[in-house]
Amino acid sequence: MSRARWLAPVVAFVALAFLVAVLPSFISAFRAQQLAYVAIYLIALIGLNVLTGYTGQISLGHGAFMAIGGYTTAILIADHGVKDIWTIPIAGILTGVVGFLFGIPALRLSGLYLALATFAIAVSMPAVIKRFEGFTGGGSGINLFGLPDLTASLTPVTVLGRELTFNDWLYYLCWTIALVGYVVAWLLLRGRTGRAFRAVRDSETAAQSSGVSLPKYKTLAFGVSAAYAGVAGSLFAIATTFVNPDTFPIALSILLLVGVVVGGLGSLVGLIAGAVFIQFLPIWSQEVSKSPGAPAIVSGVVLIALMFVLPMGFAGLLARVRTLTKR
Amino acid sequence: MADFMQQVVVGLSSGSIYASLALALVLIHRATGVINFAQGEMATLSTYIAWTLTTNHGWSYWPAFAFTLIASFVGGVAIHQGVIRPNEKGSVLRVVIVTIGLLLAINGLVTLIWSGEVRAVPSPFPTRTIEIGGVAISIQDIGTIGVVLATVVVLWLMFQYTKVGLAMRAAAVNPAEARLVGVRVTWMLSLGWGLAAVLGAISGMLAAPSVFLDPNLMAALLIYAFAAAVLGGIDSPIGAVVGGLVLGVGLNLLGTYVDFVGADLRLPGALLVILVVLLVKPSGIFGKTEVKRV
Repeated sequence: MSRARWLAPVVAFVALAFLVAVLPSFISAFRAQQLAYVAIYLIALIGLNVLTGYTGQISLGHGAFMAIGGYTTAILIADHGVKDIWTIPIAGILTGVVGFLFGIPALRLSGLYLALATFAIAVSMPAVIKRFEGFTGGGSGINLFGLPDLTASLTPVTVLGRELTFNDWLYYLCWTIALVGYVVAWLLLRGRTGRAFRAVRDSETAAQSSGVSLPKYKTLAFGVSAAYAGVAGSLFAIATTFVNPDTFPIALSILLLVGVVVGGLGSLVGLIAGAVFIQFLPIWSQEVSKSPGAPAIVSGVVLIALMFVLPMGFAGLLARVRTLTKR
Repeated sequence: MADFMQQVVVGLSSGSIYASLALALVLIHRATGVINFAQGEMATLSTYIAWTLTTNHGWSYWPAFAFTLIASFVGGVAIHQGVIRPNEKGSVLRVVIVTIGLLLAINGLVTLIWSGEVRAVPSPFPTRTIEIGGVAISIQDIGTIGVVLATVVVLWLMFQYTKVGLAMRAAAVNPAEARLVGVRVTWMLSLGWGLAAVLGAISGMLAAPSVFLDPNLMAALLIYAFAAAVLGGIDSPIGAVVGGLVLGVGLNLLGTYVDFVGADLRLPGALLVILVVLLVKPSGIFGKTEVKRV
């Protein structure tokens, strides 16, 4: 293993971190908030890619895991007075445990049936949340705005000697967690565990015959993946300062799958482009035409065209550029 | 007891609508190996075409019905040839994303052309009821069940007793060998998409009179159709029909007789039942268990 093999990604990552750190000085607070959502999507996409891209288990229900994370945070802040940043790890761990437990029955399902089972969970989630009204606030949801435990929502917060408004605070919070999550995923996937995940994806039977325990690694992938989604959901609740059953609709789960495929299955770096894509596609489509229905047509056509042009997503494009420059 | 029977018939009627959409999903899954997320939107588009012909152009119902079926067939074939076939290489998810793109685009198109307004659609069947053994049954329900069952029988006859049906089955079971014996596999798959579009159109046109027509007509129905297809086994046409009927009756009885479930938890309740079925029998009730090779 040559030095250049790990040097290039590390340099690229440091450059990215630097860019993320200085960017808010050059953009409006509104853009900073939009980019915070990109970070949130990036976290969720990393989680989904661990499961779908690396382990080969298609999930159409990651919005439901985000809902669990989001509601954990909202309930802890609103009903129990927990400071918002402490709710994030709790949401991550709790959702991770739920994901791990869901992974046990999911062992029996494969391919499309798993996709539809997870889809079923995501479809049912809003109705289930509405039903347990005393706990979740039912259809009217839980409002977090202006609560003392939501950092910077009323008065700016001072971090490392800099005064941050809510949007800037949100930006730094989300991107810090996203970059840490990125590194953790990279470390997890490059080693023994990542190899086992890929073996499961490529052929379950072959993986099993080589001594890779399917139950262990599949449930692990579910747990890790759900933990990421839980953290993303938690940040989503903090960013929107409000949760209700429609905060995490089935469309969100589908959007996440779109993000992973557009970014590149089994690639981490492509996911950044995937996250930007799912955050900005609706916004750009709105700018093309505002007449009812037109933005949806634009989004749909762009999505189809993208699959023609970039069948392997942005990661495939990157790989193509890399082979060209090496020659 | 009469009340119970009445609920069963109402359930069978909505179940037959789920069944025809589920059958469309199964056809496409057998042909192309993917779940078509745009199936519901394709059906909505077909229903709007029928609505325009009858309401704005003065066609009577059945000619409009027939024309819509033909248009849907052509549209389904065109979608397969135009955007699905070029994306079939590589990950299955690529085609899935294309169908999600189609979902967005068709939904947008329908909204753009016909606006989001809710429209009333005339029913081809009288809405009065007839009484059979103390059970009041609406003629519309009987008509719906009848049309779907007739469609299923025609399809079954086609698959079992015609050369095209045989070729389609061959193309789905083993594309490589089918090609060797002279089956034009790609066109058989296109034919599958066309037939699926026709089935979707039928379910849309049957559903619209009782739930009104708007651009999101089929979104909820598609979820029930998914559930029905999975319940029966995603590879089994008979499974899809039985799954749809069982789901329709089950949902109706569940919503009527179990207070805790009510209207809110009807869908999650049904999905829970399906999850349990899948855990016991992972390939659905009528599905075949796959044998894996390394």
